[in-house]
Amino acid sequence: MSKVNKLLHHWLLKSVSEKAFAWLEHKQAQISSGAAERVFFTAFSAVPRYLGKQDLQLTFQDLEAAEDVIPGWYPGNWSVDQAGRTLLLLALPHDDAQGYVRSLDQVFSTADMGELVALYQSLPLLPHSELHRQRAAEGIRSNMSNVFQAIALRNPYPANYLDNAAWNQMVLKAVFVGSPLHLIWGLDRRANPELAKMLADYAHERWAAKRSVTPELWRPVGRFADSAIVTDLEKVLANGDTAEQEAAALACAESPLPQAQALLSRYPDLQSSIQQGNLTWNNFSRK
Amino acid sequence: MMYIDPHIHMCSRTTYDYLVMREYGIVAVIEPAFWLGQPRTNAGSFKDYFSSLVGWERFRASQFGIQHYCTIGLNPKEANNEALATEVMELLPLYACKEGVVAIGEIGYDDMTEAEDKYFCQQLELAKELDMLVLIHTPHRNKKAGAIQSMERCIEYGLDPSQVVIDHNNEETVEEVLGRGFWAAFTIYPQTKMGNARMVEVVRKYGCDRIIVDSSADWGISDPLAVPKTAQLMLDRGIPEEHVRAVCYENALAAYSQTGQMKASDWLNPQSIDQRQLFSGNSVLRGQEPGIKSVSDFVLIE
Repeated sequence: MSKVNKLLHHWLLKSVSEKAFAWLEHKQAQISSGAAERVFFTAFSAVPRYLGKQDLQLTFQDLEAAEDVIPGWYPGNWSVDQAGRTLLLLALPHDDAQGYVRSLDQVFSTADMGELVALYQSLPLLPHSELHRQRAAEGIRSNMSNVFQAIALRNPYPANYLDNAAWNQMVLKAVFVGSPLHLIWGLDRRANPELAKMLADYAHERWAAKRSVTPELWRPVGRFADSAIVTDLEKVLANGDTAEQEAAALACAESPLPQAQALLSRYPDLQSSIQQGNLTWNNFSRK
Repeated sequence: MMYIDPHIHMCSRTTYDYLVMREYGIVAVIEPAFWLGQPRTNAGSFKDYFSSLVGWERFRASQFGIQHYCTIGLNPKEANNEALATEVMELLPLYACKEGVVAIGEIGYDDMTEAEDKYFCQQLELAKELDMLVLIHTPHRNKKAGAIQSMERCIEYGLDPSQVVIDHNNEETVEEVLGRGFWAAFTIYPQTKMGNARMVEVVRKYGCDRIIVDSSADWGISDPLAVPKTAQLMLDRGIPEEHVRAVCYENALAAYSQTGQMKASDWLNPQSIDQRQLFSGNSVLRGQEPGIKSVSDFVLIE
């Protein structure tokens, strides 16, 4: 049994009844021994009827174990049906990559919202990782907020596998729908100049409509700010509320441009609290 | 008073309807799979339709605080295209066990052809196999004979009458349906089916046991507020409040909660995950502010 399988088994054992667990194990055995696809399809749908939908009760150690097996895997907000469905996906024979993806396609294309959330959350755990890129990009196009969030937030798949175009769309959409950006795994690592430009343009659109801009928007921008963006940051530092000022200061601190450093030096309190490590993106996002 | 509309085709209605329905006290709806006004030409259309019933439509309803359930089935009219019907039958197991699917339906007869009978029976077998309820559509023409034959088939295939809702009843079918122990649903629909003034008299005459009121509102001229409006008329005309509550809320809940896929706590104490979803989506809102709670908020369109 794989490490992921072992963890999920262990967590479910302490979260669901013996009878429910036995049902799941029976279905896993049928599916892994090559039962008709109909068995997989009906079982995958029926998981909440047998296991329920309560949250998995995970300890800090459980979460650490998850992170050890797959960096970025965070099942802290998973429910028992999601864990059960993931086990059924992992039970599906996958030696034939094409056949495996074909079965996944069928279940994705008929899935309801709960199933979609489970499917997208499980992408980083599934075999043939590189074959799910299109699927992940598709998840980002969803109009259902929690389906979008299942792929975009607390999920290492996008940062590890998406190309820049899809990645940038995902980050921009997260801003657009109001998702907390600090929950996007690998956000800092995958920051890039095109994304910085897109986010700054988006800020201008919001300002034109007299709407607010989430301060987190500046997080992937700082390192790639050009002089136009530094001018934007100057405006935020001059007119923004405390959170916006802190975000703009952090962005300046990350910029290699002398213009940005000069700007930051005009705000010595913010500059020193960044230099002393009191103001960071991590503690900023917890506000 | 809270209401359930246990038969309404929301995919034909606008988001504005959800807003008004919630304001009138509708907390839950059931959307039976039915035909779209013109026949579908391939199974892919059915697949997308079923997906929208368990997916987009349910999400759209949730954005306005309404719980959306559905029934899955091949409707009688389209059972007459046998090549298509065979493929649709293969799709049903992919959807029947999903969350919030409360019955196989609406199935039954339209012209009462052999093909309709064949796929009706196959779906009764599927319901029996999966231990599900059944929602029966009774025909517009030759209704009484269609209703009776539907009930006889249900018994023949081993379904308990308490697991079967017979819909679109009228004064001519109600006695037979109630007498045989089935649930009797009535569709308040302009010009056809049942009128709300007639409905008052049906409840006055037959009481409230196993009687259910719905709107069947769809793409035709129909009213998504038919259930609350009929309830109001019943109250105005002296039907006891507990009878009104039974036929406009409690009986639908009692019938469809038998599957375990629908329960009052779904709307009385929505799960935290649903609260996180509420109004946090984007496309339903089409650029509007997500806080809109009342039709009166639309007085000024900026």
